[in-house]
Amino acid sequence: MTHVLKIENLHVSVEDKPILRGVNLTMRHGETHALMGPNGSGKSTLGLVIAGHPGYEVTQGSITLDDADLLEMEADGRARAGIFMAFQRPITIPGVKMADFLRHAATNVRRPDRKEGEELIPMREFRKELKDKMEQLRMDPEFARRYVNDGFSGGEMKRAEILQLAMLQPKFAILDETDSGLDADAVRLASASIAEIGREKMGLLIITHHDKLLEHNPPQYTHVMLGGRIVETGGVELAHELYSQGYERIRAAYPEAERANQEMLNEELADASLASE
Amino acid sequence: MLLRANIPQSLAITTFNNSKSMSTNLMDTTNEIGEINKYDFRTETTAVFKARKGLDRNIVAQISEMKREPDWMRDFRLKSLDIFNSKPMPNWGGDIAVDFQDIYYYLKPADHQSRTWDDVPQEIKDTFDKLGIPQAERKFLTGVKAKFDSEVVYGSLKEDLAAQGVIFLDTDSALRDHPDLFREYFGKIIPPTDNKFAALNSAVWSGGSFIYVPPGVKIEFPLQAYFRINAENMGQFERTLIIVDEGASIHYVEGCTAPMYSSESLHSAVVEIICKRGSRCRYTTIQNWANNIYNLVTKRAMAYQDATMEWVDGNLGSKLTMKYPAVYMMEPGARGEILSIAFASKGQHQDAGAKLVHAAPHTTGQIISKSISKNGGRSSYRGLVRVEKNAKHSKCNVVCDALILDPQSRSDTYPYIEILEQDVSIGHEASVSRIGEEQLFYLMSRGMSEAEASTMIVNGFIEPLVKELPMEYAVEMNRLIQLQMEGSVG
Repeated sequence: MTHVLKIENLHVSVEDKPILRGVNLTMRHGETHALMGPNGSGKSTLGLVIAGHPGYEVTQGSITLDDADLLEMEADGRARAGIFMAFQRPITIPGVKMADFLRHAATNVRRPDRKEGEELIPMREFRKELKDKMEQLRMDPEFARRYVNDGFSGGEMKRAEILQLAMLQPKFAILDETDSGLDADAVRLASASIAEIGREKMGLLIITHHDKLLEHNPPQYTHVMLGGRIVETGGVELAHELYSQGYERIRAAYPEAERANQEMLNEELADASLASE
Repeated sequence: MLLRANIPQSLAITTFNNSKSMSTNLMDTTNEIGEINKYDFRTETTAVFKARKGLDRNIVAQISEMKREPDWMRDFRLKSLDIFNSKPMPNWGGDIAVDFQDIYYYLKPADHQSRTWDDVPQEIKDTFDKLGIPQAERKFLTGVKAKFDSEVVYGSLKEDLAAQGVIFLDTDSALRDHPDLFREYFGKIIPPTDNKFAALNSAVWSGGSFIYVPPGVKIEFPLQAYFRINAENMGQFERTLIIVDEGASIHYVEGCTAPMYSSESLHSAVVEIICKRGSRCRYTTIQNWANNIYNLVTKRAMAYQDATMEWVDGNLGSKLTMKYPAVYMMEPGARGEILSIAFASKGQHQDAGAKLVHAAPHTTGQIISKSISKNGGRSSYRGLVRVEKNAKHSKCNVVCDALILDPQSRSDTYPYIEILEQDVSIGHEASVSRIGEEQLFYLMSRGMSEAEASTMIVNGFIEPLVKELPMEYAVEMNRLIQLQMEGSVG
């Protein structure tokens, strides 16, 4: 069966102020979608809402994964159902080792019915798998012993997110600016890593301002977001157009969405500001 | 000789054991440790002698007589009782609502120490089985001592330690077997005049550990004590004395899990440590008292030239804990380090901290305190750093971090700094934080339930302490935190 992630007429608010205003998006397993758009258009918000961030209120619409209603689930339920988001700004968890964190995460995702305190993946098995994945991603084994995102450079944080993606093997993954803050080599490595993990084995939603990541992971679909809506959808050529020519054409073509976008920027409700609180 | 009237159907048990510290990853053993809940049980048993309730000269003299102590100790106890009676209750810290006349001060379950495992009463063995102690002994331990209420019942000391001249006894036996060594150091670091509860302990003390490590002897594995109070209204007044001779080293570990009782209970211990020139001592405590227990403990070490004293002190449970492990750095080059953690939940007040006294030049001190408050619990850091005149070039750093899990809970910091010398370097940092929504979401987005995510964050917060513990204690600490956290969210 092909897994399907379906978002219909999604409206989302924060403190009664609308951010998403009717998003429609359908992704199938094995597809790569690019989500582009100017600052404040709601790209990260869409990702966070799919992942189940409690700071957003869904006022209308639905998100389903196959037959499951994701809006009925907390973030942990969605992760166990097969949703993963690589965050733009991953959070530091002092004192918690990457290996311990990943072992709990991998166990929960693979055994969705697991309760707190129940058995984890056997240590030996887990260590081997982690070691293999880290080698594949050319990561220093020392990484597993460091505390989650504690003192990580920007590049290390992004690579840690990719490692999590590799370990959790979700049905659908959202990559939020996984290429930002990385130099050209690091972007190439990140892109190659995603390709190696096997983007054909999942549905990918890549949120990006740039096209480097897309070069290595060419999308079948490109969506443009403005003012909390997907205003245009095209193929890979749309991504290249936006990258080389910017959003002038889009802004002009959708004046109402552009007004909403400016409003949200002014209200500082833009996705990034909430996510970084 | 023995009174058999008024025998309570209750039990207290203490084991002392020695174990190797292991560097194996924690996750390897988490599942083998099993449920901490299994410790919360009582076993029917028979105490052989129990002094009547209350505190007066007759009771104190009777305790001394039952133990067949020398006159000087009886006199010391009686003098201590007078000091106790003359001192007012402390007017700081927490509320101490204890009726001193409603407590049993002495309970002796057997009339002599068992020599071998076969001598240990069956009921106690049953309890050991439930605790998993015999298995643990086979697996890890290099020696086992068990404690039954106020007396050590069973004890064995590995031959290699004895061969090196190490003395590891319960304190009562040490008084009997090593009277001169005992008298030279007992009550010298913490005299009965020090505070009201030190005076109380000095009057009615029973049990505890006595350790002497001869010059140059380095004990490679942690010596462990594992004990619990179990008799209702049974005060525990153990007395520990550790002498680490020149160039010697030791890591002593004590831990407690206590079953629940409905009426008030008092634990008031005294721990005295002498670290002679160039020696090293680490004293690690994990305490998880039942919620009705007042835990009022005085712990102090004197560190001489180039000696290092480290206290690692973890406090969970109890109604009120007041405990401030101290290091007096008496000669140049002495070091004192205190790592303190407190977890206060509903109805609990942890007033914990540390005390460092720089009494000589070129001494170095460090305090790291971590406290967690949840479900209306209150934790306070109370610390003193004192630098005496002429303690030049001394350095001291204090870090205290508090984590508050909900708006009903409370955290306070009372740092006292007394510096009588100019040429010193003193640092103090304090932080208070809450579990962030973003941290919870990040972990939940990786499949952790909210409860599991909270536990993980709290365990991470105390990781700097836990990583200093021997492996079994680290595992248990994480399990205890998990139990404390259960039901705290959702």
